[in-house]
Amino acid sequence: MTGIALVGAAECDLGKTGRSVLELQVQAVTRALADAGLTLADVDGLATNAVGRFSTTELADQVGLRPAWVDSSFVGGSAFEAYVARAAQAITAGQASVVVVSFASNQRSAKSRSLGGLLEDHLPAAQFETPYAPLYPLSYYAMAAQAYLHRYGLGREHLAHVAVSARDWALRNPKAFRYGAGPLTVDDVLGSDMVSSPLTVADCCLVTDGGGAVVVTSLERARDLAKPAVRLLGYGECTDHTNMSTLDDVLDVGAARAGRAAFARAGLTPADVDVAQVYDSFTITPLLSLEALGLAEPGQAGVLAALGEFGPGGSRPLNTAGGGLSYCHPGQYGVLLLVEAVRQLRGECGDRQVAGAEVALAHGTGGILSHHATVLLGVDR
Amino acid sequence: MTPETDTYLPPSDELSAPWWDATREHRLLLQQCTACGHRQHHPRYVCTRCGATDLGWTPSAGNGVVDTFTVVHRAPRAGVETPYLVARVRLDEGPVLLTNLVEVEPRDDAVSIGTRVTLSWRDLPDGRALPVFAPEGDA
Repeated sequence: MTGIALVGAAECDLGKTGRSVLELQVQAVTRALADAGLTLADVDGLATNAVGRFSTTELADQVGLRPAWVDSSFVGGSAFEAYVARAAQAITAGQASVVVVSFASNQRSAKSRSLGGLLEDHLPAAQFETPYAPLYPLSYYAMAAQAYLHRYGLGREHLAHVAVSARDWALRNPKAFRYGAGPLTVDDVLGSDMVSSPLTVADCCLVTDGGGAVVVTSLERARDLAKPAVRLLGYGECTDHTNMSTLDDVLDVGAARAGRAAFARAGLTPADVDVAQVYDSFTITPLLSLEALGLAEPGQAGVLAALGEFGPGGSRPLNTAGGGLSYCHPGQYGVLLLVEAVRQLRGECGDRQVAGAEVALAHGTGGILSHHATVLLGVDR
Repeated sequence: MTPETDTYLPPSDELSAPWWDATREHRLLLQQCTACGHRQHHPRYVCTRCGATDLGWTPSAGNGVVDTFTVVHRAPRAGVETPYLVARVRLDEGPVLLTNLVEVEPRDDAVSIGTRVTLSWRDLPDGRALPVFAPEGDA
């Protein structure tokens, strides 16, 4: 348990916006503050990245703030779960009182994504990986998927069901990129173009603009605001390899350490989670994370997917906004996991609301299973 | 993926120079800690097992197994012909290398996790060579 709460949550414009990163950032920040019933003048902490080389100073300058605390750790799409943990510590320690955690990207409009990733000549991958032409990060997840299916005797259809469930949720979310696209079938996924086996185009997340923000403050202050506070119950984190050959076992996923720390801090077990938002950069990603977090037994997440347990009406609602696969994936998706978790606990999710959700898990995955960060949230009782 | 069309030339540096020099003679080196004997790849400035910074080189016999693999169907850069096989190969000495599998059809049903593989070389235009792996025996 912590004495910290999330009090505001919002998306910036999503999809293909034609807008700049800074405009989308300002949308995210101001909308989340409005949702919280706060203003920029209340903010004394900022956490963000990917604005520029000096992301937090750029954002602070843009919105006219001189924050007492900032963080722009750059660890991939899981950074935002880690920012919430750091913000909680900063608020508890008295360095900040209201922190906005934000992200925005215009990668679809700007066509800034490349299949091979960004080459950094001075780092080992340029010598020992790039010559072999893996797709980055895709081929690493593909190799993890190949190992997962092999170890547990599962097939590509088990991966495909993750995309099918994500689409089923997205059909209930008007903001989802695939909202009007109609249902996806297992055969659709299996028949899509193969990119890096066993992953097809439909096993891979969207490439969209988008982002969002959440506002973090003390529980005491949260209880004076108009909307119900969402309590931060626990958090945990694990930083892992960045090269494709480093990890001895590709299925030794750092989410296990992050999850254990988060559940211990919260005094909860995986069985207490009512709704899970788990990073789905690829269909394999949430399967590996769910098992590492203890939300499924080893080898069983794929089986649960095939039974439809992760979709609407299933016993383990997962990625209820439609996920990175069918809702929005702006390159770093982690902040949107938090936004949807807050909305589920407030009961704001309309057709996709999980009835009676009291504990939500948001789990981010960065890089090539390189960084893992878990946040547990709950209704304030 | 053919060496004639892929123009990517990997950089090298003072740490990796001995490793790259050995590839000119088609010898695969592994970094070895002089304190604890730990073997590692890629080369680093420190032993990831014991923290010592005095590291040397030891030859690999070039035998191992496919740890996992993927058939890549979209090229990350011009000049790379698809499809091709990217794999993690676990050497019998312990370390894992990222590599390409060659002398085998780039199809998912042509390779298995656990397949034994042996070292082969793809020569680079500057005289260095890339270690790649082929299935053992008659495959």
